[in-house]
Amino acid sequence: MDLPTLWFFIVGFLFVGYFVLDGFDFGVGMSLPFLGKDDTDRRVLINTIGPVWDLNETWVIVAGAALFAAFPEWYATLFSGFYLPLLLILLALILRGVSFEYRHQRPEKVWKARFDRMIVVGSAVPAFLWGVAFANIVAGVPLDANHDYIGTFFGLLNPYALLGGLTTLLLFFTHGVVFVALKTDGEIRGRARRLAVRAGALTIVVAASFLVWTSVAFGTPASILLSAGAAVVLIGSFLANLRGRERLAFGLMAATIGLAVLSLFLALFPGVMPASNDPANSLTIVNASSSQYTLEIMSWVALIFLPLILAYQGWTYWIFRKRVTREQIPAEAAH
Amino acid sequence: MNEFLDPLLLSRWQFGLTTIYHFLFVPLTIGLVTTVAIFQTAWVRTGSLKYLQLTRFFGKIFLINFAMGVVTGIVQEFQFGMNWSDYSRFVGDVFGAPLALEGLLAFFLEATFIGLWIFGWDKLPEKLHLASIWAATVGSILSAYFIIAANSFMQNPVAFRINEEKGRAELTNIWELLTNKVALAAFPHTIFACFMVAAGLIIATAAWHLYRNQHLETMRPALKFGLWMMVGAGALTVLTGDQLGLAMVETQPMKMAAAEALYHTATGANASFSVFTLGTPDGVHELFSIRIPYLLSFLSTHTFDGTVEGINNLQEQYVQLYGPGDYSPTIWITYWSFRWMIGLGMSHVLIAVAGLWLTRRGRSPRWRWMWRVAVWAFPLSLGAMIVGWIFTEMGRQPWIVFGLLKTQDAVSPGVTGVEVLISLIAFTLIYGTLAVVEFKLIKKAIQKGPDDAPKEDPETGELQHTATVY
Ligand code: HDD
Ligand code: HEM
Ligand code: HEM
Repeated sequence: MDLPTLWFFIVGFLFVGYFVLDGFDFGVGMSLPFLGKDDTDRRVLINTIGPVWDLNETWVIVAGAALFAAFPEWYATLFSGFYLPLLLILLALILRGVSFEYRHQRPEKVWKARFDRMIVVGSAVPAFLWGVAFANIVAGVPLDANHDYIGTFFGLLNPYALLGGLTTLLLFFTHGVVFVALKTDGEIRGRARRLAVRAGALTIVVAASFLVWTSVAFGTPASILLSAGAAVVLIGSFLANLRGRERLAFGLMAATIGLAVLSLFLALFPGVMPASNDPANSLTIVNASSSQYTLEIMSWVALIFLPLILAYQGWTYWIFRKRVTREQIPAEAAH
Repeated sequence: MNEFLDPLLLSRWQFGLTTIYHFLFVPLTIGLVTTVAIFQTAWVRTGSLKYLQLTRFFGKIFLINFAMGVVTGIVQEFQFGMNWSDYSRFVGDVFGAPLALEGLLAFFLEATFIGLWIFGWDKLPEKLHLASIWAATVGSILSAYFIIAANSFMQNPVAFRINEEKGRAELTNIWELLTNKVALAAFPHTIFACFMVAAGLIIATAAWHLYRNQHLETMRPALKFGLWMMVGAGALTVLTGDQLGLAMVETQPMKMAAAEALYHTATGANASFSVFTLGTPDGVHELFSIRIPYLLSFLSTHTFDGTVEGINNLQEQYVQLYGPGDYSPTIWITYWSFRWMIGLGMSHVLIAVAGLWLTRRGRSPRWRWMWRVAVWAFPLSLGAMIVGWIFTEMGRQPWIVFGLLKTQDAVSPGVTGVEVLISLIAFTLIYGTLAVVEFKLIKKAIQKGPDDAPKEDPETGELQHTATVY
């Protein structure tokens, strides 16, 4: 495999990591009004992701930086072209991030309710818009000869992209709810299990239609295979939920998201940003990538450090493996 | 097109504002995470509970601040592509590498181990918990290194060749890029300045409580620590600033000329440094000034008979080299930001020296207003930091990458003025609101003072750390 192709898959891997990990953070955030009956419940929910949401979010920073270093043209076109959706994502991530840290700083109900709403919005907006963005990348957008986006903001909100957005929204929601079932105990866990079944059913319908649309319109044999795999695994997760097998259900949700994102990357391959108006303006792995030398250096760094990073992050998850319960939440915030 | 909706101008405003805003929090993160690690080490080593109290107290302030650094940092990462796409295309091959290294080596480390530290008080063995805060410290200092190495490429491009066919700069040697002489000087200068900011916060906090005669057993040592940290870091900031000045004169002589508003090349005694100047507002004509002869020559070349090139002379050279155009930055900004950096910086070092004298051997200052002066150590040091960066970045104009790419050629061609205006307004509103909330929360945490030390378990004799939860 040549280096640009390798980096295409490393970028793919980083986005898979981001969506699998921050995906359940988004889901937990969106589930606050559904699963949290009182303030203690909501604190239990937030504390299931408390120690890890920041490191999960860091995956998108690294994915973005890797895109910049390995495919500057792709980074430049994508980020300037999708200016307003990305702005919304950034604003949402800002609100979500500060809300986790600030909501427990004061005891007033109004104060907490305000930050709870910000967490819900701050989780739902990126969960939806990342799907819109990726669907548009796969479908292609109008580009000029300098590879600059020449469409409009509303051009990005086409039916296929909106379905993509709905798909990621529901996938992440279910993923988060399953995570809550896995990480809590008592009543809240029961509630999460029941919700996971209902949300799971809806997710199957929507995600399957999106994957079928992608496969028919843009599919390659490899991407269709992975899409089918994603659908099967999603159904498997649903069944595992029905039987109360939380760990399995969560693992299969993660696999679903991973396979679905990879199938999108494979549908793109070897393009990275197809031009819908004129194929000559398309960005591909070849014309968007950095020089051989830069990619070589980056490959060594990734080769050495990615395993190390995975190891210490895995260890973190292991340290915080215990379920979070209402009893662990002290009456008054303790820091 | 309406001049007000010029995407270039708006993008510059947005980048400047968001970066300054990011950098309101970053210095405190870098300085405080180190301080907290030191306090916690002192606690683990000595078992003295006052250090544990200090660890938790400054740790809390650090965390309120940290959240803001993180969320504003993501904006920085995305903005290169969003607002400066032609810049990204041109330098991505070179500039992207340190950013990716920063993410992989520094941000992951920092984000992971901060999480472990916050929530690990009752879950990790003492030594491992201490190691987490040190890992986070290493992460944040590494991240500063990589971002400054990236920035130094913009100040002094090295380790690249131009690929004519692709119309971009390409990296030729990663090691040369990371050991850019500007980076080697700017990194320690910035880090020591960050330590000054943290020292400023510690001094201000301790002074506030001591003024009210409360929390004496923790705030007295905190004050001592802060004062020494300020004096030490201040001295190192000056030394490294001097080195950075030499590197700057060598790589961007126009910036030094602009810093001194020196229009005509001057040598020896004529290359004087003006401490204060009254002039016409555009800085072109001088009405009155206090000047120290030889100093500018010394700062620029480390000799007393050195020659410092003037703006007009450099302008001529650059026109020959790069074609017609205006190659000088906005003089009044560079002139005054350079002075304010040094002036504000030195003023709080003086506060600290005076403080050390007044509190020698456990004394307490006779005049109570002195505590109030001490509180200013924090805003002054943060101010010095910010104007220093404004000097560095505005002094580089009209270049975005010195000698290679002009700022006007770097902006995203596909992004409209309306779009940038929307984002500029959105960021201003949200950042403004958050600044108010953040300021109040930090103030409240500071005024509440340290919590009581945790109790020992009567059976095992171990400390009962309360688990941290949100
Ligand atoms: C507390 C903050 C502080 C203090 C007291 C000083 N500086 Fe500074 N200075 C900074 C904080 C700073 C900074 C904000 O951190 C900068 C911006 C870019 C950089 O690398 O550091 C900076 C930049 C900067 C530059 C510009 C480098 C460039 O554009 O390439 C020079 C020449 C100096 N400094 C020199 C000095 C000297 C000679 C000082 C004292 C006598 C001094 N600084 C005190
Ligand atoms: C944290 C300290 C920093 C501050 C306060 C700061 C401030 C500023 C300001 C005020 C401008 C606007 C200059 C103008 O347009 O006249 C600017 C521009 C810019 N800076 Fe910085 N900057 C900082 C660090 C950095 C770093 C570390 C990088 C890169 C790694 C960087 C990259 C840029 C870019 C790309 C622009 C836009 C183009 C330009 O106007 O030159 N800055 N910055
Ligand atoms: C001299 C200038 C800068 C320094 C020294 C610096 C340093 C830091 C540090 C220490 C942090 C982590 C702690 C905190 O945020 O409070 C941080 C966060 C961040 N910075 Fe900056 N920064 C600078 C400017 C920039 C610029 C120009 C960018 C754009 C590439 C950037 C990107 C980020 C990102 C993405 C984060 C969030 C990382 C996380 O999730 O932990 N920073 N920065």
